[in-house]
Amino acid sequence: MDKYQTFEYDVIIVGAGGAGLRAAIEASASGAKTALVCKSLLGKAHTVMAEGGVAAALRNVDSRDDWKVHFRDTMKGGKFLNQWRMAQLHAQEAPDRVRELEQWGAVFDRTKDGRMLQRNFGGHTYPRLAHVGDRTGLEMIRTLQDKGVHQGLDVHMECTIRWLLKDGERVAGCLGYQRESGRFVVFRAKAIVLATGGIGRCWEITSNSWEYTADGHAMAMWAGADLIDMEFVQFHPTGMVWPPSVRGTLITEGVRGEGGVLLNSEGQRFMFDNVPEMFQGDYAETQEEATEWVQQVIAGKQATVRRPPELLTRDVVARAIRKEVRAGRGSPHGGVFLDIASRRTAEEIKKKLPSMYHQFKELADVDITTDPMEVGPTCHYMMGGIRVHPETQESTVSGLFAAGESAGGMHGSNRLGGNSLSDLLVFGKRAGEYAARYAAETSSLGEINADEVQRVTAESLRPFDESDGENPYTLHEQLRTVMQNLVGIVRTDEDLRSALGKLEELREQTAKVKVGGNIQFNPGWHLALDLKNMLDISEAVTRAALERTESRGGHTREDYPGSDDEWGKVNNIVRQTDSGIEVFREPLPEMPDELKQLLKSE
Amino acid sequence: MAEEATVKIYRGDNDSGELVEYKIPLAPGMVVLDAVHTVQAMHAPDLAVRWNCKAGKCGSCGGEVNGKPKLMCMDRMDKYPAGEPITIRPMKSFPVLKDLVCDVSWNYEVNKKIPAFKMKDTGGEEPKFSQEEADRVQEFRKCIECFLCQNVCHVLREHNKQEEFAGPRFFVRAAGLEMHPLDDENRLGLLKDELGLGYCNITKCCTEVCPESIKITDNAIIPLKERVVDEFYDPVKKLLRVVFPKS
Ligand SMILES: Cc1cc2nc3c(=O)[nH]c(=O)nc-3n(C[C@H](O)[C@H](O)[C@H](O)COP(=O)(O)OP(=O)(O)OC[C@H]3O[C@@H](n4cnc5c(N)ncnc54)[C@H](O)[C@@H]3O)c2cc1C
Ligand code: SF4
Ligand code: SF4
Ligand code: FES
Repeated sequence: MDKYQTFEYDVIIVGAGGAGLRAAIEASASGAKTALVCKSLLGKAHTVMAEGGVAAALRNVDSRDDWKVHFRDTMKGGKFLNQWRMAQLHAQEAPDRVRELEQWGAVFDRTKDGRMLQRNFGGHTYPRLAHVGDRTGLEMIRTLQDKGVHQGLDVHMECTIRWLLKDGERVAGCLGYQRESGRFVVFRAKAIVLATGGIGRCWEITSNSWEYTADGHAMAMWAGADLIDMEFVQFHPTGMVWPPSVRGTLITEGVRGEGGVLLNSEGQRFMFDNVPEMFQGDYAETQEEATEWVQQVIAGKQATVRRPPELLTRDVVARAIRKEVRAGRGSPHGGVFLDIASRRTAEEIKKKLPSMYHQFKELADVDITTDPMEVGPTCHYMMGGIRVHPETQESTVSGLFAAGESAGGMHGSNRLGGNSLSDLLVFGKRAGEYAARYAAETSSLGEINADEVQRVTAESLRPFDESDGENPYTLHEQLRTVMQNLVGIVRTDEDLRSALGKLEELREQTAKVKVGGNIQFNPGWHLALDLKNMLDISEAVTRAALERTESRGGHTREDYPGSDDEWGKVNNIVRQTDSGIEVFREPLPEMPDELKQLLKSE
Repeated sequence: MAEEATVKIYRGDNDSGELVEYKIPLAPGMVVLDAVHTVQAMHAPDLAVRWNCKAGKCGSCGGEVNGKPKLMCMDRMDKYPAGEPITIRPMKSFPVLKDLVCDVSWNYEVNKKIPAFKMKDTGGEEPKFSQEEADRVQEFRKCIECFLCQNVCHVLREHNKQEEFAGPRFFVRAAGLEMHPLDDENRLGLLKDELGLGYCNITKCCTEVCPESIKITDNAIIPLKERVVDEFYDPVKKLLRVVFPKS
């Protein structure tokens, strides 16, 4: 076999979405020799698809907002399972991180007095999301990309990292392959930041791209790092449901933020009947009140009445939609209706939601300025992830850091819309800063174990030698069906156990997966390798979900429908041990009294 | 039986390759990228193609469908005559790496030549500008870097001026910076001398293919050309430059 190529850096950042780019900018500005590695071309990471906005208490639109309210909303949205220190830092630092983007050239939509405009989103008490129409992620990634590139970062595009290499207890580098040539490559580094995003490709209906195969989650777990909150997967309430080609494609929550309403087949606004106890009194109780709120907001006034129940947190809305469909009140293709046409003028819709307009027109033959959309839940975001120190973002493995969607803890059991883009900025920066500091304090690179490299590369090439195994695409479809049907929005003990059995069968088949062609840009081969990550992380999710015998946020158990105060005091930690993938309970860190006070005050 | 479609897909690299015919079942609303994925899953697992968002937002999936530059994820199969084969090729102006994947790295190199945004001194004040000012540059900032405009521009496609000419995508980028209300950098000399703005003879082919409907020629290139003329060929400015060479 050909020898592999080797590169040496102080800090390697795996992933070039918002989190990875922000980390890389910070690390290289701190003087560390930094490189960025990503699976796609630069600028194509998931972050580019983010639509609605980035949450930060800038107070440009409503001066009643501040970090404390943002903190409280975030904790409430996460049903108090969040790592409080992360939620606090996030709320405090997000405004500076967003203003910094403006200093780097980002052009957000403006208020009448020329400042950054903010919009309403689910679970946020005040209009808080700085945005650019419905393409906020594009603005963010391009700004960071240009800042990074002109700062002299090395970027290794279309290179997939497969394995973390350790020297004793600390991380020493990582091993991957160039997608184009199929050649293996080793990056030696003093510190590594994983910013690989999420795991949504394990489900059949998803808003996530081919990249979301759980690579970072899996590599960290294999390297001995803890994962946290793995049972919490976010199903976004509004994905497209028809035609099949676009099933799962996201419709931004911004549609509801701009006044869109959810209706069942009887024309009823069912969200009024679905306000959970915890949010009683926070939301409009009549159509008139909800309409007035929208009018005040459109007029640029501070709202004096309560917001529409369509803006409840995502877990709540997704469950309510599922309930309507199950009760036979769904739309023709198994969703419900989302209507903005009767609420806003055609001009306003095209101006505020241009890509939604375009997406429906081109892909579904629906004109959203005249007709309602059909929507249903779609797997969207992974709350769980690599367990990190809340300030440094270091994982439980020395020298290994994580940020963005691949890290866990910040969002607890349910993420608020807009809190991801801000999370990327706040914790991306912190990860870059502390990884660079770690590298500066580390005198030499760790040793690479050549046998380990040899073993992993040989294993990676094995699918080419299999003669009668399964096709990777078939296995992937089967995995997605298992997760969709048995580990979806609503779970039961029986389903989860059955899922574990099916995952085991798939694992056996995956051991013999077969690919054809050669090693150059071979998507079949790439998928064959990704199956292992997805299977292990699917198992991690399933085991954590089985363990948590209550319902909370993104985790709903039909057999345990209520929240349990005892479970409200612990996070599930997933770890790979000699006996396999195991779940441990860990008490939540104690919150200081002044923050506890904040959560009580209304 | 579901309806069937025939697609002919380029298989090969820059040196050699051929169109290979595949038959696949049609589903409602199917786009060309779905067809390519179906071929991957049913017939050719090693067929190379780029994609990410599948919603026209990332600009990964550019190709030529029946000879026309398209985002494959936004190109509906039912827009093509039923029963006739659909031909799918990689973008022509870039070297083919494999099948539908081209080497677009040249674009990333060009981008490095354009000086980044430089913030004006606002004396510590919060930067302010109006939505109207924002609108002007937001049009350019919509670019998803699909490089379809680069693919069709004859200066690159036929005349191979990659060394001297940055291409429409980067005039859009430069315009987004030059017209940015808070930017304090001047890129006009660079546009004239190194990015080859003068090679563009306003054929508008780039504007026609832009999936983001950016008016590349009218709103980016022509105003930049005018600014270059004002800067370098305006007699008063020219005189000033002779007298104060550094101004
Ligand atoms: C359609 C859509 C709309 C959204 N809208 C919003 C919104 O409005 N507001 C909001 O706050 N959030 C939104 N989100 C969520 C948010 O966009 C994501 O959570 C966020 O962008 C993730 O950023 P990241 O930096 O963690 O990862 P990503 O941006 O996904 O980047 C991951 C990077 O890791 C790389 N990578 C992965 N695995 C490997 C590997 N093995 N080797 C090398 N590189 C690897 C990838 O190539 C990529 O560069 C949205 C998500 C979607 C899908
Ligand atoms: S208008 Fe200019 S840049 Fe656009 S295609 Fe024609 S020559 Fe190229
Ligand atoms: S300007 Fe338009 S055609 Fe050119 S790269 Fe950008 S989006 Fe694509
Ligand atoms: S896949 Fe993103 S534009 Fe086509």
